[in-house]
Amino acid sequence: MHGLINRSIQSFLRDTYGPALWHAVARSARLDFDSFEPMLIYDDSLTDAVLGAAAHHLDRPRDSVLEDLGTYLVSHPHLEALRRLLRFGGVDFLDFLQSLDDLPGRSHMAVPDLDLPQLELIDEGADHFTLICSGGPAGFGHVMVGILRAMADDYGALALLDHTGSERGCERIQVHLLDHAFAQGRRFDLAAGSAGA
Amino acid sequence: MSANPANGAGSRPGTAADYLLPAAGCATDALGLTSIALARLMPMFLWLGRDGLIRGAGPTLAKILAVPDLPGRDFFALFQIRRPRGITGMAGLSRHAGARLQLRLRDGPRTDFRGLAVPVSGNGGMLINLSFGIAVGQGVRAHALTNADFAPTDLAVELLYLTEAKALVMDELSDLNRRLETARRHAETEALTDTLTGLANRRGFDQVLDALIRRGTPFGLMHLDLDFFKQVNDTLGHAAGDHVLGTAGQRLRGEMRSVDTIARVGGDEFVLLLPGIDKAERLSTIAERVIARLSQPIDYAGAPCQISASVGITRSGAYEAPAAVQMLADADTALYASKHAGRGRWTLWSGREGDASDKR
Repeated sequence: MHGLINRSIQSFLRDTYGPALWHAVARSARLDFDSFEPMLIYDDSLTDAVLGAAAHHLDRPRDSVLEDLGTYLVSHPHLEALRRLLRFGGVDFLDFLQSLDDLPGRSHMAVPDLDLPQLELIDEGADHFTLICSGGPAGFGHVMVGILRAMADDYGALALLDHTGSERGCERIQVHLLDHAFAQGRRFDLAAGSAGA
Repeated sequence: MSANPANGAGSRPGTAADYLLPAAGCATDALGLTSIALARLMPMFLWLGRDGLIRGAGPTLAKILAVPDLPGRDFFALFQIRRPRGITGMAGLSRHAGARLQLRLRDGPRTDFRGLAVPVSGNGGMLINLSFGIAVGQGVRAHALTNADFAPTDLAVELLYLTEAKALVMDELSDLNRRLETARRHAETEALTDTLTGLANRRGFDQVLDALIRRGTPFGLMHLDLDFFKQVNDTLGHAAGDHVLGTAGQRLRGEMRSVDTIARVGGDEFVLLLPGIDKAERLSTIAERVIARLSQPIDYAGAPCQISASVGITRSGAYEAPAAVQMLADADTALYASKHAGRGRWTLWSGREGDASDKR
């Protein structure tokens, strides 16, 4: 697994639950280092061990830990840069949803060895959508639910999201877009460093 | 780069006539393009009349120019065409139809654009499409543009995304490099250090010795062996032995200058390099001082440990071409002579085999 993903999980656990929990997780997962390097590649089994240890120490289902991770990636001030990169995807939440097919390509542009799962949005009509995540590590769909929830907030849209299980490596997420402009979204200046950014 | 579809690569741009459709009709007639469609396709277009006055503009360009009553303004008063040089009116612009243009706003933030002008049929007017080129970040900042100001086919937003993403990745990479460099220095120090005493180890010593010889610096070299150390180890145990070694290291450091190199190269063996000192008298004085200091009892858990030291000395000045291996062997011979003569003493290598004279 790419170090960026492992490092995100580490930052999420440390920023949300404190350094002590992260160290406990690292010990349980038998990492022989304190910190993942974001630009190195690690064996997939390490990511799995860290997630398993985190669920164990937090006494919560792994899926809900993953969903919180997704929300953290968009909403935590430490990861403002990532939120900005995601906001480049579209002018509003619907546009963003429709740009998700591009997400693996966009991440490739920035980090060529970062492989994100394939995402496919199916328009079911009447503001209902199905997002299919395929080819990713198990549970990635739950991270996407967290990301989408936080991005809907960010755009000021109101959406209902539901992970409806996985089948042959494909995870399905139902999206019901209730209101495109439910609230004032967070500001996004296209060029970084603009006044107020 | 030629942006001219009517000519082969590298040739001159065509004239206005090359871009007109055949007699059947003009472009707008043939395509039936409304101004709304044109605005969506090219939000940064300008339509100029044959008099060079602006007749229409795309919404993004109107936002950028931010002047009241845009239609009717003189294009050449708002924009300076920087390349090709010498375009000051419609005739010049028409001559460069289809070529890449570099333009700059005359007022305000003096934003740069690249552009492409093509004639529109019939009235001698021209259609210009503009973009920011690679300076898109400055343009977007200066004019507070959003995603919606760009056509979905325009890669401007992707360029901004990429600029930001690359900056982040570069930051991460330089952080990684910094951490690796710290780790490398740490590992290097560890690799050259004896962990028990914190003195240099054999590798550290060899590096300094080689450097002194390479630079031709005069220096003295001492080979020092602790006397009676084995008894301490055998009677009081290894912990006492380690304590004695640590204390001996501290005492050596206390007797030597900071520029000197002190290395532990074996169980109770040390070698000392003294750059700039290669007079026999000075070296023997130092050796005497070191032996006296090491002969003071070392307290270990209430028990005094009595050791001493034997020293063999050589100096770079004793050789025509000092060589590390030879100097170490000679210092070792001198040390052996000290041990043989009853320990607790120094011997200076005299330069003749079997005659390590000049002893205390």
